Amino acid sequence: MISVRDLTKVYGQTLAVDHISFDVDKGQIVGFLGPNGAGKSTTLKMLTCYLPPTSGGATVNGFDIFHQSEQVRQNLGYLPENVPLYTEMKVGEYLDFRGRLRGLPRIERRKQMDYVLERCWLTKVEHKTIGHLSKGYRQRVGLADALLHNPAVLIMDEPTVGLDPTQIRETRKLIKELGGQHTVILSTHILPEVEASCDRAIVIASGRIVAQGSPEELRASRRLTARVLVECRGPKAEISTVLGRVSGVSNVEILNGQLAEEKNYVTAAIRAKDGYDIREEVARTVIQHGWPLREIRLEHATLEEFFVQVTASQAMARTAAE
Amino acid sequence: MNRVTTIARRELLSYFCLPIAYVAMTVFLLACGFLFWDDFQPGKIAGMRNLFDWMVWLLVSIVPLLSMGLLAQEWATGTIETMMTAPLGETEVVLGKFFGSFFFFLALLIPTLFYVSVLSLFAVPTIDIGPIASGYLGIILVGGLFIAIGLFCSSLTRSQVVAAVATAAVLFLITIVPWWISGTSTSAILTEISNQAVFKRYTDFSRGVIDTGNVVFFVLTTAVFLFLTIKVLESRRWK
Repeated sequence: MISVRDLTKVYGQTLAVDHISFDVDKGQIVGFLGPNGAGKSTTLKMLTCYLPPTSGGATVNGFDIFHQSEQVRQNLGYLPENVPLYTEMKVGEYLDFRGRLRGLPRIERRKQMDYVLERCWLTKVEHKTIGHLSKGYRQRVGLADALLHNPAVLIMDEPTVGLDPTQIRETRKLIKELGGQHTVILSTHILPEVEASCDRAIVIASGRIVAQGSPEELRASRRLTARVLVECRGPKAEISTVLGRVSGVSNVEILNGQLAEEKNYVTAAIRAKDGYDIREEVARTVIQHGWPLREIRLEHATLEEFFVQVTASQAMARTAAE
Repeated sequence: MNRVTTIARRELLSYFCLPIAYVAMTVFLLACGFLFWDDFQPGKIAGMRNLFDWMVWLLVSIVPLLSMGLLAQEWATGTIETMMTAPLGETEVVLGKFFGSFFFFLALLIPTLFYVSVLSLFAVPTIDIGPIASGYLGIILVGGLFIAIGLFCSSLTRSQVVAAVATAAVLFLITIVPWWISGTSTSAILTEISNQAVFKRYTDFSRGVIDTGNVVFFVLTTAVFLFLTIKVLESRRWK
């Protein structure tokens, strides 16, 4: 659906996007993940034909973004960062205007407007002036505009910035629903967003793709396997050695939570070897030794850690190069 | 073409949502009223030459207010991005913006037709409609050129204030400065140059002379500025 080959953008002296290539299949939701200034927005602007690439190219829905820009834009819905809107217009007026610009005939336009108004929970504010709406509503107006012509590809630049938690949850749910019918690319620097709504993440830092895959694959690629946290009362050193001998355990790390320290409680973080579920065995061992057990739980690795690792190693590579 | 009308229509309607348009309208009509007073005196020729001559001065101050937001605001708020990622070209955007503003300007002129009817009521034996019609043609052509210049200035910056000041400066330079030179300078070259500028060509119209050369001058210069604006919009691709 979207195929990007060696896409590069240079602004004056700065290399904003550096030879990136990736593919997105039909109906997929892809998260573009990276710190601020990594080149996410620039990439999206090139895909939407707003900026031409310095070199390299891409096709959207089979059309070339440089030579067949009009066809690309016809098949594309775009929600830019910060959602620019004409604030003096009413919601209905604005959508009607956008529909006309896209050349939707009258009846079709009305039908699509009713659909997106309902889909984005905007029916109540159709006759309100955009300037008087809250940030959350404006975001939805932008989204409604992007969906108006039922595009094959939907590109969203930071769709949940500035929303409150309820709105964020609603927007993510909506995005998730849109996958399947539309191919979606969204950019974000918020990790849970990718975990919550994307099939695949592309991590980008300093204009380069540093990793890509499903959220699970990304976690696995950095060997950030799940760990078991055990909180019990007993001698630290002994707990560490005894738990280390349990079959399937690869290493034990004693974490010292302040609260636990007060009451002589120790928290041990245990990593298992691949394919082992060590919880039952660990619990049995702790009980056998008579250490009062307060908590045992499995903690999944988060993309957060992955992200920090990736960008930190990037920064280190850069300082080393200098 | 359809998209041009869509953009023009939106632009025209948005003027009626902005206070600045009403301010410009009030100032323009109030000033026109006072100026017409001078034409509407017993014993004078039943024409509107005085009003037409001064209208250009009014436009120099009012057009920058009307044109400043046309593209500067799009740059500032980022709406240009939604505009240019819809399937339409730079030419359509520029023409739409131009005609939206131009139609507002025409709407501004409509109330002045009232003076024509007043004149025709009191004129003895009849009103000479020729110079009035050519005067209107002149002011419409000048308005078009001024708006094109304003649109061009507006495309160069994100700041509406900068756009307005730049437009006013250019309009002042091509209209009022030549008028002043032709009135005071003794140098033949300077006078000749200033005769090629807006004011002299415009006064031909208000005198009742429709010179093809003048019409072509205004239409061409308007087209040049629209063309330059299109190039400015396209220039984001070369950066």
